Amino acid sequence: MTLDLVPVLPELLVVAAAVAVLMWGVFVQRDTTRDGFVIAIVAMVAAIVALGAIGGDRRLAFDGLFVLDRFAVFTKIMILLAAIFTASMSVDFLEREKIGRFEYPALVLFATLGMMLMVSSNSFLSLYLGLELQSLSLYVLAAYHRDSTRAVEAGLKYFVLGALASGLLLYGISLVYGFAGTTAFGPLAQLLGSGGATAKIGVIIGLVFVMAGLAFKISAVPFHMWTPDVYEGAPTPVTAFFSSAPKVAAMALFMRVLEGPFVHLFVEWRQVVVALSIASMVVGSFAAISQSNIKRLMAYSAIGHVGFALVGLAAGGAIGVQAVLVYLSIYLVMVVGTFAVILSMRRKGAMVERLDDLAGLGKTSPMLAFVMGVLMFSMAGIPPMAGFWGKFYVFMAAVQRGLWPLAIIGVLTSVVAAFYYLRIVKIMYFDEPVDGLDRVLGRPVALVMAVATVGVLALTFIPGPLLAGAKTAAMALFPAAG
Amino acid sequence: MAGITLDHYLAVAAILFTLGVFGIFLNRKNVIVIMMAIELMLLAVNLNLVAFSAYLGDLVGQVFTMFVLTVAAAEAAIGLAIVVIFFRNRGTIAVEDISQLKG
Repeated sequence: MTLDLVPVLPELLVVAAAVAVLMWGVFVQRDTTRDGFVIAIVAMVAAIVALGAIGGDRRLAFDGLFVLDRFAVFTKIMILLAAIFTASMSVDFLEREKIGRFEYPALVLFATLGMMLMVSSNSFLSLYLGLELQSLSLYVLAAYHRDSTRAVEAGLKYFVLGALASGLLLYGISLVYGFAGTTAFGPLAQLLGSGGATAKIGVIIGLVFVMAGLAFKISAVPFHMWTPDVYEGAPTPVTAFFSSAPKVAAMALFMRVLEGPFVHLFVEWRQVVVALSIASMVVGSFAAISQSNIKRLMAYSAIGHVGFALVGLAAGGAIGVQAVLVYLSIYLVMVVGTFAVILSMRRKGAMVERLDDLAGLGKTSPMLAFVMGVLMFSMAGIPPMAGFWGKFYVFMAAVQRGLWPLAIIGVLTSVVAAFYYLRIVKIMYFDEPVDGLDRVLGRPVALVMAVATVGVLALTFIPGPLLAGAKTAAMALFPAAG
Repeated sequence: MAGITLDHYLAVAAILFTLGVFGIFLNRKNVIVIMMAIELMLLAVNLNLVAFSAYLGDLVGQVFTMFVLTVAAAEAAIGLAIVVIFFRNRGTIAVEDISQLKG
């Protein structure tokens, strides 16, 4: 048996960088936080280049446990970009709050590595290991500001509920293994397709447990209780990271599992996805209305967006997967930009995070207000902004696959959600100014903000390349149809 | 030992797993008890995997168990570390005191 390491080259780059950051931090006798970030970002850029060079033809590695296909390449590039942007926003924040340590970039790298393994998993064993590598790094990141009682509490809550989710997922995996006799995705799909699983009901019970565990990771209602607390308590750059890369990774994993090994149980899992989707859209829209903390608001916003993305998954098939990928890409750009704005909300050197602190921003710092305005309009899904196209494609996919009631609920809840996004615009432009925010923007934060705004505008007017990319990625999950 | 079948193992594992889940939700006292409940859940899964592995005559389940044991150890280490910094900040690890963030 030969060992083909080419498909895992991007992962190897990331793991090498993580180890290098740790070693550099231990052996160099000065503050190495900044060096660590440089190493991390260079390695992640290199990983993207490597992904591009390897290309997307389906290749297996590690005895079939790891698969690299166009779906994996597409989602990995999204994950890496999100990690790069959120990492570069973190540097200034950490130094200002005097919590800069070299472990931070190393933890980001390990979490990113876990996510990359998740989206490439081809067996429940590699799925579990990737998911845990990601989760364990994220628990530590949530509690990273260890002198802040809120951050530590966020970390503790995230840990307990995350561990519970892992337990549910594992119990599901054990049932699927027991009743189907294999943990590999390919054989499992064949077995369930041929109707050969003698104890199909056991597999379905296992599937429900697996879905509960994964729903936890994407914070779909009713498994969302940790999200608002963790988003509010964790340091802001960590929250930015949480709301971008892991969401994409967990959603991609959800699609890979449901449309891969369990594709023949479509009828069974569709009901669960529809229920999760409706609950998430409703809770995400209505619970956010009464929030006054912007990070908490973003948590409910994330829950709502997950609900919209799940509409596409409930539609199923290549068209549904394509819609979800488009939705997630657009969401990623918007959320990274929004957190860049939140990171620059400072007054007299201290972070502020209440919605009222944005009052009069349109007068005191027009550029910041303009960026936030563009992002909020897009988040709300006002045509013709990028966010509208994201919602358009998931709802169209749902309608085409006969799920029009779900699409109607989605449209109605997105109207409710538009209220609180537009309220932010109203606070910025029509409320009386309070003391202006500090006008110093860190260069990386300003850069991310600019990239996100340009990104949203670009996706608004030229969505073509993204659609085409998402389509080839989605087709990779359905080799038979393509 | 002819009397003990796969069903018995699965029943024990299901009971242990349920105890673990309820231990997390019903426990109002101490975070350490929650950690033990999490461990109980993972061990129930291990029992399931080993029982299935023996029943199917397939080694994957036992390999999986080894990985779960390893990850559980790492998870416990991280959980205890977070509990330690929580105690350092607040001077308590009672579950009812983990209530600063809400809304």
